[in-house]
Amino acid sequence: MPNEAASTLTTARSSSKRPAGTLYRGNTGMWSWVLHRITGVAIYFFLLVHVLDTAMIRVSPEAYDSVMSTYKNPLMGLGETALVIAIMFHAFNGIRIILIDFWSKGAKYQRVMFWIVIALWVIGTAGFAPIHLHNVFTEGQ
Amino acid sequence: MSTIIEAPRSPRVRSSKGRVNWEKWGWLYMRLSGVLLLILIFGHLFVNLVLGQGIKEIDFAFVAGKYATPFWQWWDVVMLWLAMIHGSNGMRTIVNDYASNRVVRRVLLGGILVAAVVLIVLGTLVVFTFDPCSTLIPADQALSFCPVP
Repeated sequence: MPNEAASTLTTARSSSKRPAGTLYRGNTGMWSWVLHRITGVAIYFFLLVHVLDTAMIRVSPEAYDSVMSTYKNPLMGLGETALVIAIMFHAFNGIRIILIDFWSKGAKYQRVMFWIVIALWVIGTAGFAPIHLHNVFTEGQ
Repeated sequence: MSTIIEAPRSPRVRSSKGRVNWEKWGWLYMRLSGVLLLILIFGHLFVNLVLGQGIKEIDFAFVAGKYATPFWQWWDVVMLWLAMIHGSNGMRTIVNDYASNRVVRRVLLGGILVAAVVLIVLGTLVVFTFDPCSTLIPADQALSFCPVP
């Protein structure tokens, strides 16, 4: 691993390290921040809806089962899969942020930790998505 | 909410002597609640979406069965409070970053606060006032563990 601070400062000049197709020079550190914000906002709006749909339990069994039937729709099933994938990124990258802040070597290894986050994210998605999509796309109880 | 960002490594200035540094506690809260939420939400997702037939099994009876036990009542209420405050504080940060107009920012921050208070109160009441054996539930839909009237 090259010195992170030095490499960030020199990126603007060295064309060999310039990321393709973007004007931005923040590299993985910036993109993890962007993804953390996007996934955070998405999870927040789902949370608002999820508290309201669960509140239907207090209205009547029919009201709750009716709102749950919309969640069992295949299109919503894809949305739920995306939501859980977003939650996994936010969770793993959150741990990375905590390590950068509190671990003495956190800032030094932030780039390595980003790729560990991506690896855990891929593994988590591979573990969850097939199970959930199977439940959503197969008929019967 | 305009904050002056000092140069990195500049010495800490104690300008607000004796006052609570809310931004610092908010920063710490995001990290502490984040770790707890990781456990609570992954547990929630595992029990509701992965075990058994996942989402197919979620209906009134499933949730009523969970809320018949204090364990799941408290799990969900702690998760609700931590997540709503974590999410609202995150949205507050984003609004402060992008909403440069004073009025727009005030309206958005107010909306986030109202949504948080309303949903925390609503969710907590729902979990703790829910009666899985309510007499309002039709007899043919009554849960197996409820006393037969």
